[in-house]
Amino acid sequence: MNGLLEHFNYAVVIFLMMLGLYVVFASNNMIKKLVGLSVFQTSVFLLYISLGKVTGGQPPIIAEEDLHAATDGGHDVVAEGAHQAADIIYSNPLPHVLILTAIVVGVATLAIGLALVVRIREVYGTIEEDEIDALDYERNLEGAAK
Amino acid sequence: MSNVPPTLILDIGLMAMLVVVAFSVVRLRSLFAIVMLQGVYSLLSAAWFVSLDAVDVAFTEAAVGAGISTVLMLGAMLLTEREAKPVPLQKQLGSLFIVTVTGMALFYAIGDMPAFGDAHSAANAYLGTDYIAATKTDIILPNVVTAVLASYRGFDTFGETVVIFMAGLGIVLLLGLNGHAGKWRAQPKGQDVSNSRGDKS
Repeated sequence: MNGLLEHFNYAVVIFLMMLGLYVVFASNNMIKKLVGLSVFQTSVFLLYISLGKVTGGQPPIIAEEDLHAATDGGHDVVAEGAHQAADIIYSNPLPHVLILTAIVVGVATLAIGLALVVRIREVYGTIEEDEIDALDYERNLEGAAK
Repeated sequence: MSNVPPTLILDIGLMAMLVVVAFSVVRLRSLFAIVMLQGVYSLLSAAWFVSLDAVDVAFTEAAVGAGISTVLMLGAMLLTEREAKPVPLQKQLGSLFIVTVTGMALFYAIGDMPAFGDAHSAANAYLGTDYIAATKTDIILPNVVTAVLASYRGFDTFGETVVIFMAGLGIVLLLGLNGHAGKWRAQPKGQDVSNSRGDKS
């Protein structure tokens, strides 16, 4: 029971990931597929960020007195600053940095994917995967040779 | 667990809403509803990011995930279709099988993950605290995330900018900005695929 409480966030995030993955696999419509990919991606972000959370922590923005204590020379001031720093707990900033990069790269890949979908629609007149397969087969563009 | 912390209740509430929204995305077929729910999903996850102390990630997700992504998807939806066609049961069951197996494998691995909020886990103990300590003296900037993003990992962020540029270039090459977007038709093996379909229906 204790283990479940400690890991409940991972369980929920994995469930969300699998819902996104299911949409990617199961839908024929390409826009719905991209939405599923987006849901999957956001769930991975949730996994990383929940990994960096520290109980009782603050956002990793250094408190003003803490920052000045560390920089304003003087040995006893530094010692006092170290004492204060021990009092304030910050969450881990590293996953936040990684996920900031991932969010921006994610929207770039999404934009490319949507542009491809628009082009496919222009050429085939449909964005349903099975209909595109059927057109390819019918026109002998792919698959068995005549 | 006699007194449950209020943030835990908030976390569980947000997670429950995320599950409901993701499940609606799975079940719905109207593309407009799906795209808007994707925006809602991003916004809810941004709210959870605030609860998880990731304020920078939260406003980036709210601006980029819930804002720009939704606008891009609405634009693509307007240029294509409004409704997804039903999926045959066979494909649904096959996908369900794959997803269940993957989910089981991931659930099996949960036991190896550090406990939620553990300050002494390997992920939180060394590098993260080092960056916080170094930022106070190296880069006298209150926001550690900004310091790491723009200074310690500056080349990474530069690479990210290159990725954005290449994505923009790719979209220009795919769609064209010369006013001919949508007018060009591919003719593989001399056949006009879209016209042949137009004759049928």
